[in-house]
Amino acid sequence: MLRVEHVKKVYGEGTRRPFEAVADLSVTVSEHEFVSIVGPSGAGKTTLLKCIAGLLPQTSGAVYLDDEEVVGPPEKMALVFQDYSRSLYPWMTVEDNVAFPLKRRKLGKTAVRELIQDTLRSVGLGDAGAKYPWQLSGGMQQRVAIARALAYQPEILLMDEPFASVDAQTRADLEDLVLALRDRYGITILFVTHDIDEAVYLSDRVVVLTPSPTSVAEIVDIPLPRPRDQVETKELPDFARLRAYVWRSIKRPEQSATALA
Amino acid sequence: MAAGEARTRHVARSLLGRALPVVGVAIAVSLFEFASRSGLVDARFLPPASSMLGSLVDQVADGSIWQPVGQTLQGWALGLGLAMAIALPLGTLIGSVFLLFMATRSIVEFLRPVPSVALIPLAVLLFGAGLESKIFLATFAATWPILLQTLYGVRDVDPVAMETARSFGIKAPQRLRRVVLPSALPYIATGVRISSAVALILSVTAELVLGAPGLGQEINIARQSGAVELMYGLIIATGLIGWGLNVLVALVERRLLHWHPSQRERT
Repeated sequence: MLRVEHVKKVYGEGTRRPFEAVADLSVTVSEHEFVSIVGPSGAGKTTLLKCIAGLLPQTSGAVYLDDEEVVGPPEKMALVFQDYSRSLYPWMTVEDNVAFPLKRRKLGKTAVRELIQDTLRSVGLGDAGAKYPWQLSGGMQQRVAIARALAYQPEILLMDEPFASVDAQTRADLEDLVLALRDRYGITILFVTHDIDEAVYLSDRVVVLTPSPTSVAEIVDIPLPRPRDQVETKELPDFARLRAYVWRSIKRPEQSATALA
Repeated sequence: MAAGEARTRHVARSLLGRALPVVGVAIAVSLFEFASRSGLVDARFLPPASSMLGSLVDQVADGSIWQPVGQTLQGWALGLGLAMAIALPLGTLIGSVFLLFMATRSIVEFLRPVPSVALIPLAVLLFGAGLESKIFLATFAATWPILLQTLYGVRDVDPVAMETARSFGIKAPQRLRRVVLPSALPYIATGVRISSAVALILSVTAELVLGAPGLGQEINIARQSGAVELMYGLIIATGLIGWGLNVLVALVERRLLHWHPSQRERT
């Protein structure tokens, strides 16, 4: 279980122009839950994710993973970045990229080989191990990044707008891949996106953020049936209703602003 | 039909691409030959190309060229090697520690533009006129390009690449070896390529000016004894060595950086 308690992040504290990115944010993610974080652009989503991942110290508040306070990158957590082309290492083959985080795991050679093969197969890239990331398409590269995160065998996967730079068809495929992997590996997923459809389609709960300085505007339950399907789920009246609801929740500050003017 | 035509055109173009450099060299050499033979220039100072090359061939044939070539290459190799041994760790260190970078910036910016040749008197004072002076000068000059390239290469590592490694709990020494250095390698390679040329220039300079044994000294001796053709032959030899070393460094670079966008199309 992941608990984020009153996290606040101020950049350039003590300078003449401090910038408050995250004001006061609390959220809890239960085991095996799929939670999405959506918010207007510039809402400090990435900042928040970095604090949760232990990559950036928060100004105040705390993050707990299974009741242990997060002070550095936890062993039970893996990250998938939006920018796969910068997150994968071009001088390593696909296999070496996937093997990269296993340094910390102290596994035997055969165990590592099996893990690499297994995770690459599970993202549909069983034959691409000897290639270099830049020889693959964008969608395939992000699959490699996902395989690498899975090889790390995390309990929770943090994904920072992972599908923002792939085309729509690939995006739908990757969304379904993530749902399938979540079932297969039994992992918890915290998913940051600016795409409301995507958040509603994937999640058990959607956390709506306010514009920066960020806090939680609302948490929306998504009781859509699983397994989800790109066509069937999205034609459900409930899907349309929830999507509209989340949409209004994000746009509300702007609407009230225009209403005042 | 159209495809066949396109292929013919492609073949013709690639043949032309290979032939043109050779044609260019042939024209240049002929012009040289003609200018001298026709009396356009004084053959005493600029003998025809054929006799320059002839004297070079003679030197190769009787084997007398190999010792000075070896001495010059020794200066190059030791100068470049020492420069790498100094600049790579130092550049990595300064590039990794921001405070050190800020503190050393003005020193580096001041020392770097000092022409190595200006240090010749110092070299003589410290080491005399032999191999040590040659290596000192070559090392001093060759250190800067590698140092600066390493420094900026290490500083320019993509933050996402670093955060990825940190998020997987990869410790600093491993990050240095597996992320920082590979990603700085294109910069470092450029630095080494520049320094290789610089080390050769300074070796020959030291031989010319100080009389340290090597091709530069041989060129000087040939000039003093009025063997103009031999002098030119040796100058051509230094040029060929420079070209050869550049090809060698480029080959190593291509192997090490086969993954880099600048090299991908060639493999």
